Amino acid sequence: MSSTLHRRWILPAAAASFALVLAGCAGGGSGPSADVDCADYEQYGTFENESVEIYATIIDVEADQIVESWADFEACTGITIDYVGTQEAETQINVRAAAGDAPDIMIVPQPGLLQRLIADGYVVPAAQSVEDNVDEFWSESWKGYGTVDGTFYAAPLMASVKGWVWYSPADFEANGYEVPETWDDLMALTEDMAANNTATYKPWCVGFGSGDATGWPGTDWIEDLVLRTAGPEAYDQWVAGELKFDSPEIREAFDLAGEILLNPDYVNGGFGGVDSIVSTTFNDGGLPILDGNCSLHHQASFYEAQWPEGTVVAPDGDVWAFITPKMSADDPESVTGGGEFVAAFTESDAVTAVQTYLSSDTWANNRVALGGVISANKGLDPELAGSELGKASIEILQGEDTVFRFDGSDLMPAAVGTSSFWTGMVDWIVGTRNTDEVLTFIDSTYP
Amino acid sequence: MAARGDFWGGLWEKFGILIIGLAAFAAVIGLILFLVDKAPKRGRDVLQLVAFVAPALILLGVGLIYPAVRTAYLAFTNRTGEFIGLDNFVWMFTQPQIITTLINTLVWVALVPTLSTAIGLAYAVFIDRSRGEKVLKALVFMPMAISFVGAGIIWRFVYEYRAEGFEQIGILNQIIVWVGGEPQQFLINSPWNTLFLIIVMIWIQTGFAMVLLSAAIKGVPTEIIEASRLDGANGWQQFVNVTIPGIRPTLVVVVTTISIATLKVFDIVRTMTGGNYDTSVIANEMYTQAFNRGEYGQGSALALVLFIMVLPIVIYNVRVMRKQREIR
Amino acid sequence: MSYANAEAVAELDEPIGQKGQPQSKASRVKQRLTSRWATAAAIVIAFIWTIPTFGLFVSSFRPADDIRSSGWWTIFTNPAFTLENYGDVLFTSGASSANLGSYFINSLVVAIPATLFPIALATMAAYAFAWIKFKGSAAIFVLIFALQIVPLQMALIPLLQIFSQVLGISGSFPAVWIAHTIFGLPLCIFLLHNFIAEIPSEVIEAAKMDGASNTQVFFRIIIPLATPAIASIAIFQFLWVWNDLLVALVFSGGTVDVAPLTQRLAELVGNFGRNQERLPAAAFISLIIPLIVFFGLQRYFVRGLLAGSTKG
Repeated sequence: MSSTLHRRWILPAAAASFALVLAGCAGGGSGPSADVDCADYEQYGTFENESVEIYATIIDVEADQIVESWADFEACTGITIDYVGTQEAETQINVRAAAGDAPDIMIVPQPGLLQRLIADGYVVPAAQSVEDNVDEFWSESWKGYGTVDGTFYAAPLMASVKGWVWYSPADFEANGYEVPETWDDLMALTEDMAANNTATYKPWCVGFGSGDATGWPGTDWIEDLVLRTAGPEAYDQWVAGELKFDSPEIREAFDLAGEILLNPDYVNGGFGGVDSIVSTTFNDGGLPILDGNCSLHHQASFYEAQWPEGTVVAPDGDVWAFITPKMSADDPESVTGGGEFVAAFTESDAVTAVQTYLSSDTWANNRVALGGVISANKGLDPELAGSELGKASIEILQGEDTVFRFDGSDLMPAAVGTSSFWTGMVDWIVGTRNTDEVLTFIDSTYP
Repeated sequence: MAARGDFWGGLWEKFGILIIGLAAFAAVIGLILFLVDKAPKRGRDVLQLVAFVAPALILLGVGLIYPAVRTAYLAFTNRTGEFIGLDNFVWMFTQPQIITTLINTLVWVALVPTLSTAIGLAYAVFIDRSRGEKVLKALVFMPMAISFVGAGIIWRFVYEYRAEGFEQIGILNQIIVWVGGEPQQFLINSPWNTLFLIIVMIWIQTGFAMVLLSAAIKGVPTEIIEASRLDGANGWQQFVNVTIPGIRPTLVVVVTTISIATLKVFDIVRTMTGGNYDTSVIANEMYTQAFNRGEYGQGSALALVLFIMVLPIVIYNVRVMRKQREIR
Repeated sequence: MSYANAEAVAELDEPIGQKGQPQSKASRVKQRLTSRWATAAAIVIAFIWTIPTFGLFVSSFRPADDIRSSGWWTIFTNPAFTLENYGDVLFTSGASSANLGSYFINSLVVAIPATLFPIALATMAAYAFAWIKFKGSAAIFVLIFALQIVPLQMALIPLLQIFSQVLGISGSFPAVWIAHTIFGLPLCIFLLHNFIAEIPSEVIEAAKMDGASNTQVFFRIIIPLATPAIASIAIFQFLWVWNDLLVALVFSGGTVDVAPLTQRLAELVGNFGRNQERLPAAAFISLIIPLIVFFGLQRYFVRGLLAGSTKG
């Protein structure tokens, strides 16, 4: 791996060999391997000593993989990509941009934040070559998230499908449970499961904890239900701020979610009572399925990475998932999802080349082949996805009849989407605010 | 920066920067002091004064005074930068959430300085001249050496909650279970959760108070203690009549410093509850408003309230300083 | 007890220049306070203060599954011990690994100048405010004292603006040094002023009578006499810098080249909180240097901050 992130510790020889083994696992050599075929990269041109800073919230294993995904591009074009990943990037970008110290490129994890950065005049419109790629490889709605007032700014990058309900196929088989087709089936199933309640077992396990972003998994529940009960048009109005939280459509979604989340007979398997939802981190949230302390867990496709090593994620494996059911059998399939966007803050040929590459099918295939993520890029070969769930998710994203809507809280203004909607969900679970109060509270924080 | 250097290359480079930085600083300061010392007699005093005070003042002017003035101005503007008068303050005192935040901050500032100082002082007196004093001091001082991030991790193992019937992994709930109680959600149940956060701050600050006060106690002249003992004073009377007056200036400094640190508390709340469950304090709310929600005006207004809250502490200290100057 | 009365007691005895032998005197003065109850209370406090950290220490040696599933105190009944967590955070490379080595060095390179610069400038300023009479000295000093309350969060953007647009040093070590120096100055000046002002005026006036300039007084009298205070406050400044997260986050640019250990620690919680078992080990590694500094300079605390001045 050729990057700042790859420093070798050559302290004791033993450690060095350990590091080598690990670096080997990550699939890294040092520098571009001699057999890189630069044919795919000729279109981007060649550069001398140009470096581009990419700033993102992606850290840990995913950071290694993303750095790996552009290693060949760097070798062939001569552009050095300095990757800086920090969890604080979403907050820090406001500071850096305001101070005129913005990075060249940021991978923005939320359209809401992207819109704000664009509105504040920090983001540079995307070059034609980027727009051509997006027209070719993405649907109109995905392009729309990176567009403001008819000007196209940022191409989508990766995606996730939200609203999976995780379960254990073995548990279902042993108890004769069926994968539900409709929401009513799901509630009936939950009722059946609750008959088996013990001191530690409840049908659902839920975790909303996520540091200072605690509450976001709750917004996913509401979004899934709004899309299924009120439909895509109402969903769009809600996200745009035209439909208030305190409207019958949204209230209905809260009430439906509350039938599960606020019911002590249904939650919180493996953790305790209703209020343990907020003190359980979302990464621990689904683990009781493995101990048999709960049967169902609602969480996005990226939860695949949370299962302990050795857990088989497959229709006949240790865990598998179905998409949150629709309201009635003749409704269309609907899913919510999330994704990232590549915004540039400076203008240069090298930055454009990087943006163009990141919006290409070449990059999407390179990255997905490394595992762990998916993309809504139409040029993507689902077979490359490293897992069954990844394949299933990509097929959903590429499906023609699926109603796809972007994660609502990510689209709302930051004051709501990354702030009061989260804390509102927390208050609602803990009981410091009832449904009415939460809805009016969130409405009151609209900028 | 060696963007692609190995660890050792980076190491030498970094230490190179360190050495150059230190040398440059020493050279500049040394040169300034040397030059003003060699200046002609007339005006030398003024030059020397400038040399001693200017570096600090220039830095403070750029890095704190200018931002403070800017913040004070922003407090009266909205997100688009228009002047809106007192609207941000009206907003503040009409939002129940912000009122809670203000009250929480007052609770923090009432409890942390007093308790940290009291415990630190008691401890310093108890272990004074005892065997193993160094070790005992180090044990209580250790939290000072732990970052807020680290403290958040440590206290997670104290407050962690698991429902009844599960094995507890937080020591506090385990103790409650051992004595037959029900496990508690320490960080969620308002209003007590604020107290559990305050405990963390006290745990950190006590070491600071203890170290300074212990040094002050050792500075109380033994002759006075001797004299009061000969007058037949018992231990407590000695403490109240001799030790306390002897360390009064240090007490004022300690309480002041901890009070200001408490008013600015941010990390503990941020890492442990994120300001949820009615535990937010002004500094955290300010950060949330300004950086998460992009409401710089509202964030600045909150900062201004912090300024106002610290005024009494400043005024008291000014009076103490005046007295000291008169004595000299 | 009234203030004046206290002052009177404090001024009972000012043995200037007479260095008694505090040690022998001290041993003769048996503090009756240190009774058995006091000893017991001290042990209880020490115990309570140590338990949380001890829990972390034990946890850092436990296997990952155990950390999640049972309390650290079960190690006594059900011992399980591993060094894997330490191996993980110290000796693996790549973004997904802790890579603490580089960050550790960064923390050192940040903390040393960020401690020395503000201490040096603050000592100079504190001396001027305490011993050079000039117009407006009191007012300026009060202003500096009040600056302690400016929330750092509000100074971040303006300062970063200056660094990136005027000086072009954002994301480098000097930027972090300067930021820490600025933010540390008010408190350091305030604390040092308290001690430097306590130095007996006779000493300084005598030197001035001999024709010493301010610079000479500063180097020959103030620094030697205030060394314990300077060292003590340097310890605090060092700890604040070493443990700081916010300043580092903004001014270091967050790269592995400059960002300190605290930032890495905060990130180790993982994007999605994976690998929590590494946290205790990483937290412990970040504790090592502060403890060395504390133990190394502790004697200054023990001798008393004002040793060598009014108090014999």
